Amino acid sequence: MSFATTKFAHPIPLSTTAARSNDHKPFLDPFKATRFLGSTHKFRFHPLTNSNHINIHRRSAVVAVSDVLKAKKPKSTSNLLITKEEGLELYEDMVLGRAFEDMCAQMYYRGKMFGFVHLYNGQEAVSTGFIKLLKKEDCVASTYRDHVHALSKGVSARAVMSELFGKTTGCCRGQGGSMHMFSSEHNVLGGFAFIGEGIPVATGAAFTSKYRREVLKEADCDHVTVAFFGDGTCNNGQFFECLNMAALWKLPIVFVVENNLWAIGMSHLRATSDPEIWKKGPAFGMPGVHVDGMDVLKVREVAKEAIGRARRGEGPTLVECETYRFRGHSLADPDELRDPAEKAHYATRDPITALKKYMFENNLVSEPELKAIEKKIDEVVEEAVEFADESPHPGRSQLLENVFADPKGFGIGPDGRYRCEDPKFTEGTAHV
Amino acid sequence: MLGIINRKICAGGSSLLTSGQSLQWTRSSASALRSYSSAAKEMTVRDALNSALDEEMSADPKVFLMGEEVGEYQGAYKISKGLLDKYGPERVLDTPITEAGFTGIGVGAAYHGLRPVIEFMTFNFSMQAIDHIINSAAKSNYMSAGQISVPIVFRGPNGAAAGVGAQHSQCYAAWFGSCPGLKVLTPYSSEDARGLLKAAIRDPDPVVFLENELLYGESFPISAEALDSSFCLPIGKAKIEREGKDVTITAFSKMVGYALKAAEILAKEGISAEVINLRSIRPLDRSTINTSVRKTNRLVTVEEGFPQHGVGAEICTSVVEDSFGYLDAPVERVAGADVPMPYAANLERMAVPQVEDIVRAAKRACYRSVPLAAAA
Repeated sequence: MSFATTKFAHPIPLSTTAARSNDHKPFLDPFKATRFLGSTHKFRFHPLTNSNHINIHRRSAVVAVSDVLKAKKPKSTSNLLITKEEGLELYEDMVLGRAFEDMCAQMYYRGKMFGFVHLYNGQEAVSTGFIKLLKKEDCVASTYRDHVHALSKGVSARAVMSELFGKTTGCCRGQGGSMHMFSSEHNVLGGFAFIGEGIPVATGAAFTSKYRREVLKEADCDHVTVAFFGDGTCNNGQFFECLNMAALWKLPIVFVVENNLWAIGMSHLRATSDPEIWKKGPAFGMPGVHVDGMDVLKVREVAKEAIGRARRGEGPTLVECETYRFRGHSLADPDELRDPAEKAHYATRDPITALKKYMFENNLVSEPELKAIEKKIDEVVEEAVEFADESPHPGRSQLLENVFADPKGFGIGPDGRYRCEDPKFTEGTAHV
Repeated sequence: MLGIINRKICAGGSSLLTSGQSLQWTRSSASALRSYSSAAKEMTVRDALNSALDEEMSADPKVFLMGEEVGEYQGAYKISKGLLDKYGPERVLDTPITEAGFTGIGVGAAYHGLRPVIEFMTFNFSMQAIDHIINSAAKSNYMSAGQISVPIVFRGPNGAAAGVGAQHSQCYAAWFGSCPGLKVLTPYSSEDARGLLKAAIRDPDPVVFLENELLYGESFPISAEALDSSFCLPIGKAKIEREGKDVTITAFSKMVGYALKAAEILAKEGISAEVINLRSIRPLDRSTINTSVRKTNRLVTVEEGFPQHGVGAEICTSVVEDSFGYLDAPVERVAGADVPMPYAANLERMAVPQVEDIVRAAKRACYRSVPLAAAA
């Protein structure tokens, strides 16, 4: 059974969906409990008269990445989706994400981390697949599940770990916490606790990029923004408002839905009238694409297209990545509502093992090379923990810092100091 | 009535009735003659809220609960545990993550005679719905000249929890308390939680019910009257948790616990503090506060939220307007730090009032910032 990655159609007429391959996918009846519909038996659903609209194209059989790609392309090195270097880079990034999150769980249970911690295990393919294609100047906006987005974008593991420990060496000096990872150097725009909050912010970043190119005449400014958010967010008003404006103004943004099917204990199917999120893109005039988010290579292919579109000025894209989180919503979530069969099903589709398998079968890497990467990542994460442990707690005076960029309100003078500190200030000779 | 006196945490030992407060019982007076054993049972705030919701939902079929994770997940903080099984999905509704949407839907239902209880996972999320809380709910009775009343309850945890960062830790008592058309309640103990939530659900006006996540697991003694299914506390009446004569400390929600601990410490130093549990931010029980200040002549207001335009500021003004001549010292205001809540644990502790801060403020109000040598 072939499962083709969904393709884009260039250019996109307003009313069509992205060209999806004609579905050979089995029609899944949402009423029957399939392996992933964990709570369907408790599903209070009003029967649709025209149930053809629910064509949930989740595969019912596990198809390994390599089988699928063999079907697509002839097996010769030059036609593979990635080179060896790229493969190693992707692998390293995903292993870093996984090892880091596992260490977070350990540290949380030892009391070094506290509050709300949301882990990304299982979704690494989405973060790696998209963010590794971005430049440093491109922006990423995320949600509370943002550790791995920050790591993929280039924030050091030490900085993220210290931030989680609440130490002053963290990327936000300990003032933000797990859910608020910001880095202006790496253009990570956070880190938002409220779902849907990051989407308008990301849209604004994309707007800035377009503005700089057209109004400020920085002709080479082709920065792209990628906004990550979940399935629950796709019911929120802010999401729709931003889809509209991004398409209206052709902003260089990619909206990436990490559809892991669950919002804490609320199944996506119980919360959404039409669960196929990619369809919401064409309603606003942008292509909507669905991709298997457990397969980093497929995500990367789709990402290349979407980011390329945005960079060329062709406007936004909505990408729905079907993915899954192996752990609960947060470390405080006992995760009792999800069907163990569903979890087991997705565990077999672990993105890291899938990539490993692909690279072995195509003779891209050898076992020792991957082992070396894993060892290196373990050391990086251990070192990050040590660094965070040894870092100092914030000083008392830090409580009141950073509330304003300009605390006194009179602005910053040409010498770079606050005007109100200028001795001539009160005489009126310091120019305000 | 005897049961009530024994139950109170009372330094002076004077009866409930002489402190100028009355608890209204909605049952017949005959049952008031029963004598109850004091503090026989303990109940957590979580169970108190759950039982209040349960009883109100069974008493009135128009009451329904709507919010995120209230049904199958048994409530994000397990407040609505068991309610889905008991009342079914039509009355305990799991919503998608659309605060503005489901709050608006609740207000619309209330316009037409239903009695929704809207749960916000925390009140920080109520900001996404604040247009509906204020414009559609609070102002409607006024704008329609009494034709449309909105018997809705917005409830959820408010204020700081532990290490949850700036966007999850704000206290909204002052914001909602400044809005005419809303009633704002802040329970502390289990009895408060039960009585005030039942009163709120029965009330024909919009009520904002600010709970506290850290109090959910705390147990308080609860009397048999409070366990009765028609038990209600009056909205707009504060409770004197501890009688005193030297300084009045007003507090609400979790800060009442801290104020009581501070009062214990102050008692050892010879300062007898009167602790008022405000219970109701709007309408604010100005008469109880003023009566108390006229007795003690000193006031310390305690709150967890931001200081500017906070609850303490309003209480101070009320006392200055009504009892200025009785004040022997400036009003002391203990509030949270004027910064968004930091994440680091030591900074967070500094950003929220602690018991020592209340003790210091009370001593300043008593002009005792330097401890005296042991008096007689």
